[in-house]
Amino acid sequence: MTAETPSFKRELLATLPSLRAFAVSLSGKHDKADDLVQDTMMKAWAKQSSFEMGTNIKAWLFTILRNEYYSQMRKRGREVQDSDGIFTERMSVHPSQYGVLDLEDFKKALDSLPDDQREAVVLIGASGFSYEEAAEICNCAVGTMKSRVSRARSRLQDILQVSGEAEYGPDAVSTQVTTLPHL
Amino acid sequence: MRDKSKMNEMTNPRPRRSDDGLGPNSDIGAKLRAYYGTVQEEPIPEKFLDLLEKLDQAEDKPATPPKGN
Repeated sequence: MTAETPSFKRELLATLPSLRAFAVSLSGKHDKADDLVQDTMMKAWAKQSSFEMGTNIKAWLFTILRNEYYSQMRKRGREVQDSDGIFTERMSVHPSQYGVLDLEDFKKALDSLPDDQREAVVLIGASGFSYEEAAEICNCAVGTMKSRVSRARSRLQDILQVSGEAEYGPDAVSTQVTTLPHL
Repeated sequence: MRDKSKMNEMTNPRPRRSDDGLGPNSDIGAKLRAYYGTVQEEPIPEKFLDLLEKLDQAEDKPATPPKGN
């Protein structure tokens, strides 16, 4: 029993960065997301005997966090969208190929999606889950997950006024072969 | 025993299905991963590590439930 603890702890630790990114994507706010992650850690720790080592701990933790998020939302009601500024602040010290404003716009667009579509597109597009895993986490059918992702993607494309294909990235050259370049 | 490649899975999502429109050629997919990655790459907050230590220590004394719950 106790022999499992160090391993569980290590795996929990290894999953934290991704779990936290999921929490921020869900709640839209860093402070709220961190509370959510802490609650998840305590719940997971208390329930660790029900977790089978060697199975997908990441999916297990994401499921706990998601359930925690919705149960808290039901209690409080979703708060008015209020960008906390932390994202912009942090972005300025983490320059990437995208500008700060560009990602701020993306965050706003993502926040404007219905909850089920937002979580779907994040789990599939960024967290690295398969449709089957994501469907299990969200307790829905695989087909439902696919249609949520698809609707989320179209809506994001509409809001951000972008095409489905990027004009940069590792496959930019091969992309130009099959699509019309931006003029 | 467990190999470290498990940890890499989290930062490098597996290759995407060609039909979900979120793959390497997708603008939305790239922006989504950039946004997510910004948070994911931040150092783990101290308070999480402290909490984990507390939980781990409480484990050694089964009679004491973890604090703050």
